Amino acid sequence: MARYEARIEITHLPGILDPQGVTVERALPSLGYTNVTRVRVGKSIRLEVTAPDEATARSQVVEMCERLLANTVIEAFEIHLAEFAG
Amino acid sequence: MAPRVGVVVFPGTNCELDAIYALEYFGAEAVTLFHADESIQGVDAVILPGGFAHGDYLRTGAIAQFSPVMESLGRFAQDGGPVVGICNGFQILCESGLLPGALQKNAGLKFLCKSVTLRVETTATPLTNQARVGELLEIPINHFEGNYTCSAETLAALRDEDRVVVRYLENPNGSIDSIAGICNEARNVVGLMPHPERAIESVLGSSDGAVMLQSIVASAVSGPTAASAAGRS
Repeated sequence: MARYEARIEITHLPGILDPQGVTVERALPSLGYTNVTRVRVGKSIRLEVTAPDEATARSQVVEMCERLLANTVIEAFEIHLAEFAG
Repeated sequence: MAPRVGVVVFPGTNCELDAIYALEYFGAEAVTLFHADESIQGVDAVILPGGFAHGDYLRTGAIAQFSPVMESLGRFAQDGGPVVGICNGFQILCESGLLPGALQKNAGLKFLCKSVTLRVETTATPLTNQARVGELLEIPINHFEGNYTCSAETLAALRDEDRVVVRYLENPNGSIDSIAGICNEARNVVGLMPHPERAIESVLGSSDGAVMLQSIVASAVSGPTAASAAGRS
């Protein structure tokens, strides 16, 4: 068994309004940052999972995202997996 | 015998007393159902009231969908039992897959707490069987995440199958197609963001929600199959 750390990034699906992203994008120019576009606000979830190998760990985390962590009607997710050393 | 309508209470639900009061006002027996209960106690209809079930952690309704009571509620809905989700209840129905689409933060990021005008679009549901198509109802809204969204295919199906139950006359939150409430394909499960249970007596500012509560009670009287069949005519 090995331990993996999963970093999961959840963002709005393209085409789905991201009201927080839009609001932040409107706020930044007032601080002088007039060169910023495509601001998106999402969620970051970190968790550790123990599994026999990376493929198993990844498929479990994908399942967790689809069943609970993300709402795939409006959200996309990206999983970054790293094995703990030692 | 008075029809028995279940009112589901999750940790963080806060509109159950309003729902119970309104149901009893219209002659139903309200039965409180707790989230950890596996049985829904043989009720004739179910209301999922508003609030912040499980703190709305992760997403509104995301955790509540896995409560033990939701399993028997799912079977009840599958068998044609009338189910109405109000506000947070609507969000829970979407998260649990009993209704399509999702509710996201209001466009403009404002928490909205005001009275709005709804247009009844169909009477073939447990929420509107006593109303008239085109009837305008003044009902309060009270939400931060009431911006209904769904895929283009789902929206087309909702329109083609006459499953948009109520629309906002003036869109307050950015909802796609001004949708305030929808029903499932079998028409027995309904979700809406506005709170009809808070508008059943003129002393509350509006009694326009009465017809919706009366519809729910009527659907509980007529039973699962009769409710959906009678509604279609």
